[in-house]
Amino acid sequence: MVKVFIYPATSLILSDMVARFGHTPLSSATAIRERIQTAGLESPPLQITPEEPKKGLKWAAVEVPAGVRGRMSLYGPMIEACEAAIIINDADLAFGCMGCARTNELIKFLVHQKDIPRLELNYPKNEEDGVKFVAAIKRFLTGLGGAK
Amino acid sequence: MTQPVRIAQLSCGPEYSGIQHEIDEAAREVGGEIFFPDVALKDIRRDFAKFGLDVKSPDLKLAIARAMALVEGRVEADAVFIATCFRCAEAAIVRNELRRYINEHSRLPVVSYSFTERTTSGTLLTRMEALTTIAKRRALLARETQKGLTLGLDSGSATTKAVVMRDNKIIGTGWQPTTEVLKSANEVIAHALAEAGVSRDEIQAVGTTGYGRFLVGKEINADLIQEELTVNSKGAVYLANRQHGPATVIDIGGMDNKAISVMDGIPGVFTMGGICAGASGRFLEMTAKRLGVEITELGPLSMKGFGGRVPMNSYCIVFGTQSLVNALAAGSTREDVAAAACHSVAEQVYEQQLQEVDIKEPVIMVGGTSLIEGLVFAMGELLQTKIVVPPYSQYIGAVGSALLASGFIKDD
Repeated sequence: MVKVFIYPATSLILSDMVARFGHTPLSSATAIRERIQTAGLESPPLQITPEEPKKGLKWAAVEVPAGVRGRMSLYGPMIEACEAAIIINDADLAFGCMGCARTNELIKFLVHQKDIPRLELNYPKNEEDGVKFVAAIKRFLTGLGGAK
Repeated sequence: MTQPVRIAQLSCGPEYSGIQHEIDEAAREVGGEIFFPDVALKDIRRDFAKFGLDVKSPDLKLAIARAMALVEGRVEADAVFIATCFRCAEAAIVRNELRRYINEHSRLPVVSYSFTERTTSGTLLTRMEALTTIAKRRALLARETQKGLTLGLDSGSATTKAVVMRDNKIIGTGWQPTTEVLKSANEVIAHALAEAGVSRDEIQAVGTTGYGRFLVGKEINADLIQEELTVNSKGAVYLANRQHGPATVIDIGGMDNKAISVMDGIPGVFTMGGICAGASGRFLEMTAKRLGVEITELGPLSMKGFGGRVPMNSYCIVFGTQSLVNALAAGSTREDVAAAACHSVAEQVYEQQLQEVDIKEPVIMVGGTSLIEGLVFAMGELLQTKIVVPPYSQYIGAVGSALLASGFIKDD
C-alpha cells in the first residue's frame, strides 16, 4: 500500500481510484458541488484558525499571502508523507479544484522536488482521451505495487 | 425585529487564513449578515470568460462570477464586501477591478479589504458599520440641511471636537487633544455650548462619531451614534457645498486615513487604514516636534521649502523619522524638511489608499491635517487638481453628526 498524493487534492474521483487500487489517497475531504454557496470553491470542511497560516510558514515565507500558508499547513504534511503522486493539470472545476493558483504552483513544485513515482496528465477533453486517461491512472497505480 | 443588512462577500482566501469568522462577527455586530452569492459552476465558466480578466485562481474566478450575478440582479444584496489576501498581486488586481465594476454598474455600496491572518473583527468593524449605515440609513444620509439646535461630537484618536449648530449655522465649537475619552468629550462640549450661548438642556438632538463614539454616545445619551466614514462624507460635502454629484473625500487622521468616493453625499466606495503611522497625521506631529514648531506652524513652514531637496520615505514612521534626522544633520533647512514630510505623507496616502477609490473631482480634504497647507499642496500636486478645504474642515465629523442628528428631532 502506497501513500499517493493527488492533485487536485479535492478530486473525489481521483481519491476513489487510488483507494480502489489498494493505496492510500492523500487528499482533502472537500467535494466540489454544482452550486457554490460557500466562501470558496473548496471551502475547508474543518475549522481553520489563524494558527494554520503560521504553521504554513514551514513551506512558505511570511511575505507569502496568508491564504497560501493556511492551505500549505494542510497540504505540506501530505506532500512530505507521500510516496507517489498523481497530478492532473487544467482539470475541469467539477473534477476537483483548489482555489488559489499560487498555492497550486507551490504544491506542484514541492511534489516535483520529491524523488517519487509521479504521474502527470492533462485533463481529458473528449471521450477517447478520457478512456486513455483512466487507463494511464490504472497502469500507474497497478505499477506502484504493494497494494493491499 | 429588523432584517439584517445582507452583505455579499466576494473573496479569495479568508477561510484558509482563518479569519472568516472575524468577518462574520464584524458584520453581525453592526446588524449585518454575510452571505455568499449562490452561483453554479457553469455560471463561473461563462461569467469569467465574459468579464475578460484572465486570472488563474479559481476562487478569483468565483468572485468575478459572483460580482456579475450581483450587478445583473440574479442575486440580491444590500452591500458588498470584497476581501483578498494581503500581498497577493493577482487578487489585488481582481479586487480593484471588481470594486470599480460594481461601483460603475450598480448602486451597491462596496468596501474592499486585504487581510492577513491577524485581521480581527475589530479592524473590520467601522467598515462594516459604514456598509450597513449606507444600506439602512439612505434617507437620513440624504439630509442636506441642519434644523433646530443640535450638538455633534467627534471623539477621534488624536483630538476630540464638538460643534453646536442652529438652523443650518455653526454657532459654537470646541476642540482639544484626546486624553481621557469622556473627560475630553465633556470639556469640548462645555466649550462649544458656552461659545454658542446655549445650555445642554436646550439641545434637541445629539450625534456622536469617531473612535470613542459608542462610549461617549452612551454617556451623553446620543440620538445618533454613527461611524466616521458616512458622517465625514456628509460633513465634507455639506461644508464644501457639493451635496450633489460626485466628490472624493480625503481625511488623513491621527491614527488612520479615509478615502471615500461619494455620490450625492453618500459613500459608494471607501477605504480606511494606512500601512503605518508614517502615512498619518502622527508623522506630521512628530515632524513638527522635531523641528521645534507647533503643528499649526508646520503648514506655513513647509510652503516656504522644497521637498524635492530632501529624500524622505515615511512608509514606516521609524524610517521616516530617520530620514528626518539624517536630513537635518546633513544641513537641510527646516522648511525643506517640513515640505518633504508633507509630500511623503501625501505620497503614502496616494500610493496606498487612493488607488482603491475612483478619484472624482472635487477632491475635498477634511480633518485636522487639512489645515496643514503643505500637505494639501502636496496632495494637489500628486492628484493634479485643486483640493477643496471647506471652512471648519477640522470639525468635519462633529458637523456631520450635528447635521444628521437633526433628523432625530422629534417634531422633524
